[in-house]
Amino acid sequence: MIRGAVLRAAAVAAGALTKGGSSALAPLEGGQKYAQALGASKAWSRGYATNSHDHFNIHRDSPENNDTTPFDFTPENMKIVKEVLARYPENYKRSGVIPLLTLAQTQNKGFLTLSAMNRVAEVLETPAIRVYEVATFYTMFNRSKMGKYHLMVCGTTPCMVRGAPKVKQALCDHLGLSDYGESTADGLFTLSEMECMGCCVNAPMIAVADYTKGVEGFTYNYYEDITTKDAVNITEQLRRGETPKVGSQHRSKCEPAGVVYEDKWVPTPEGTETLMGTPRGPYCRELKKEAAEQKQ
Amino acid sequence: MESSRALARLWRLTGPTGLTQARAMLLGRPCWSQQQTQQQHNSFSSSSSSVPEESDEEKKMPDHMMSTIVNGKEVWVPKGSSVMQACDAAGVDIPRFCYHPKLSVAGNCRMCLVDLENERGMSPKPVASCAMPLAPGTTILTDTDRVKKAREGVMEFLLLNHPLDCPICDQGGECDLQDQAMHYGSDRGRFVGQKRTVVDKNLGPLVKTVMTRCIHCTRCVRYAKEVAGVEDLGVTGRGGASEIGTYVNKLMESELSGNVIDLCPVGALTSKPYAFTARQWELKPTESVDVSDALGCNIRVDSRGTEVLRILPRNNEEVNEDWISDKARFQYDGLQRQRLNVPMAKGAGSVLKPVKWEEALTAVAEAAEGVSGEDMAAYGGKLADCESLIALKDLANRLGCETVQCEDVGQGVPDADLRSTYLFNPTLSGVDAADVILMVGTNPRVEAPVLNARIRKAQLEGVPIGMLGEDVDLTYPTTHLGGAPPLSAKKNADFSLALDQARRPLVLVGANCDPAVMAEVEELFEKRRETIEDGWNPISVLHQSASTVGALDLGYGAAPKAVPEGKKLVFLLGADEIDVPEGAFVVYIGHHGDKGACRADVVLPAAAFTEKHATYVNTEGRPQHARRAIAPPGEARDDWKILRALSEVMGHALPYDDLRGVRSRLCEVSPTFERIDEAPQKATYLGPKHKKGKVGAKTVLRTTIENFYQTDVISRASLAMAKATQARANQ
Ligand code: SF4
Ligand code: FES
Ligand code: FES
Repeated sequence: MIRGAVLRAAAVAAGALTKGGSSALAPLEGGQKYAQALGASKAWSRGYATNSHDHFNIHRDSPENNDTTPFDFTPENMKIVKEVLARYPENYKRSGVIPLLTLAQTQNKGFLTLSAMNRVAEVLETPAIRVYEVATFYTMFNRSKMGKYHLMVCGTTPCMVRGAPKVKQALCDHLGLSDYGESTADGLFTLSEMECMGCCVNAPMIAVADYTKGVEGFTYNYYEDITTKDAVNITEQLRRGETPKVGSQHRSKCEPAGVVYEDKWVPTPEGTETLMGTPRGPYCRELKKEAAEQKQ
Repeated sequence: MESSRALARLWRLTGPTGLTQARAMLLGRPCWSQQQTQQQHNSFSSSSSSVPEESDEEKKMPDHMMSTIVNGKEVWVPKGSSVMQACDAAGVDIPRFCYHPKLSVAGNCRMCLVDLENERGMSPKPVASCAMPLAPGTTILTDTDRVKKAREGVMEFLLLNHPLDCPICDQGGECDLQDQAMHYGSDRGRFVGQKRTVVDKNLGPLVKTVMTRCIHCTRCVRYAKEVAGVEDLGVTGRGGASEIGTYVNKLMESELSGNVIDLCPVGALTSKPYAFTARQWELKPTESVDVSDALGCNIRVDSRGTEVLRILPRNNEEVNEDWISDKARFQYDGLQRQRLNVPMAKGAGSVLKPVKWEEALTAVAEAAEGVSGEDMAAYGGKLADCESLIALKDLANRLGCETVQCEDVGQGVPDADLRSTYLFNPTLSGVDAADVILMVGTNPRVEAPVLNARIRKAQLEGVPIGMLGEDVDLTYPTTHLGGAPPLSAKKNADFSLALDQARRPLVLVGANCDPAVMAEVEELFEKRRETIEDGWNPISVLHQSASTVGALDLGYGAAPKAVPEGKKLVFLLGADEIDVPEGAFVVYIGHHGDKGACRADVVLPAAAFTEKHATYVNTEGRPQHARRAIAPPGEARDDWKILRALSEVMGHALPYDDLRGVRSRLCEVSPTFERIDEAPQKATYLGPKHKKGKVGAKTVLRTTIENFYQTDVISRASLAMAKATQARANQ
């Protein structure tokens, strides 16, 4: 009885809060729905890392990642380290942390182990925690074991609108994965989500980091204007060791040649590529005028 | 040197803008801001009605100040101040989480938003006052609607992910977030969805973490980096996923780690030993001093009933600033264990048996019968207070005994006639003024961690630090100059040069250095006497125990490692580290059943430092009072009262019978005790006082403290300290 009364009171309070919003929706239920809509429950089950493929922002010892895992820069890379450090004043060595972490990551097949970070700290003569902080802050540093190819699907609004969820689904189905952050059993691919990579005009897009060729041959290529078919194609080509077409899959750069719409490449109708006169509309309302009218 | 340190300080306070102004100030060059200040000030005084009508002379502002108006009230603040400092000066309360006067400015909690106004109008958005240097011509407004709304907004965001667990949170009742939520919080939230949760970190046996409560003010991170000097804490991740921690599983390896508990504005970092024991409003605070080292850190003893429940630092800029060591903070549980609470005397079979006070006292009197004064000895212990030391000395002297010594008085102390030979002459706050620091045979990190933080601060401001002795990690870089003096000028040219030029050099000498070493140190300054500033005495003796300086002031000498053969009656006033040979009758007056009590024939239970009104003199020679927080357990009594009673039974009654009496006796013996809480006047360096001797060529001077956590009877009885020792060993 009492519990029911309390619940009812809570519902009323919630209703009052949403200012005339439907009070039929109990607050708890609303909360859950909201969380689900955000995909939040998934995110929680994955832990709380900064990117989609690491699980935590703290270190957990594992057989392949602990402070005794061997790591050191190769002699060739040591030369690059020297070059990088030469860019900064002697007492600001710490500034080199991002280039060195990147180098360590590429050398170590996309995987920044604890020992790799410790080595970077050693080179930079800074406390290790300052390196950990940087490595956990940036999404492009991977602190888990990566596949040879790291597929990153852009998940920001323009790409989302243009079909990123379908691309993700297609890749998951094709590679036999259930979500971002997983790797294929053969260790060839890791699928991740990334935020906007600045290619929105050619949305949707994926980026692929290729760790098969070491620091020398490392590539980080964008594949743009992709449909689900293109995405699957690209992975297949990579699997066979071929080089897929880099950049837009359907036009040469970002000229107004068409758009990926409903998972299909739709060329722009003749004559609508360039704006020659007044655009057709619909136009924005005249806010000032409206306000003036309202005042009267 | 001076100016560079001032600059560094300003930089930390105000950031780059303040620095530019300050530099211009120091170089005596006019800079735009100064000129502008003048103009602006003129315009203020003409237009603002709030400037009080004063004569022109009174209104004249000193050059280093600037004026501003806070909520219509004019205040003068030093140039380079931040907006928040101006508000503080005006007595306007600004809510804050991340700002702390002893740490660098982070500006990341945004709770301190205020509005600024200058001749161009209102600031486009509220400004974080802690990070905003006060520009000339700015008016500060803290009571606008926009400020209120902004702060409410910040509060709502902070509370989004903050758990609603105040009922089970140890910070409850003294939580900044709780308090400020009373002002700026709403009684309901608009947040739907799941609150985030964060893994708790293991920072060791002293600091408990509940990281979900963290509001990311980064005070703890800055403290670890800037004050404690252990860069182990950091912010990992970013945005909503960021968390405070060590990333790897690691202890916070610092002797000052407990201070993060006070710094944390919420209940994310709390005390592990104190967890779930009491609410702040149930506790009775007592202002006291710490006895775990010779610094005499100011503390607040929080007690409930008959138990000390926690110990917190009290701010004293001249001694401990805001900090205390982990030992001072956490050893209090040792006050509950191993206590002597009934008088005991050896009965049949040489076993200590509880007896009545009268019996115990008569037993001592009987044992003293026929023993000549020469065959007696009295030893003061590490934690002995001045009142009991003088009572013991008076009693011993009345019995004709002249062997009155104190343990843990270093060998380096000559005849204690001249106070300046055994004091930390430049005073602790003098460390901030020193321009070169040389350490000889000491490790302040374990002997006096709070002092070490001060030295570290000096090091960060560019003061060269040299070290003679064992090359230990002091959390800051030092120039290692060899195992022992003499300092070879050839090998350490840079440091010698710095020393030659120093106007205010400071030599930190471990109290256990032998006189030959002290002589060498003095030799070092003999040559450089000309350059040393008047009224500056570089010799700073760092003692290790709370009783040492008091004992020296009262005429105690240095006790040997073992009582000499032939002594028939030995008084141990909490002295546990002296070996007593067979055959002597031992009277132990103390509060813990440690080594001394085991050897004793009669045990007279006494009060610990939290249970009595007592005077302790710290290593600078500053007498301070410890106050009674709780009653002594069982039948234990104040030490000096025991001695007074004993003197009566032995037929040599002491001439005082209340605290006032003992204290006036103290003043009689040494005028120091008249100036409580004051450091002695700075004494000019008078030249060498030690006889020259030979320092072995291979000598490596080192501190005698092996384990920082367990140095005296209280810390040895403490569980928290035992756990800390173990954790350190396992690291
Ligand atoms: S743990 Fe406490 S002190 Fe540290 S960042 Fe969080 S709230 Fe601030
Ligand atoms: S939204 Fe995908 S690249 Fe910008
Ligand atoms: S106190 Fe100013 S931002 Fe935190």
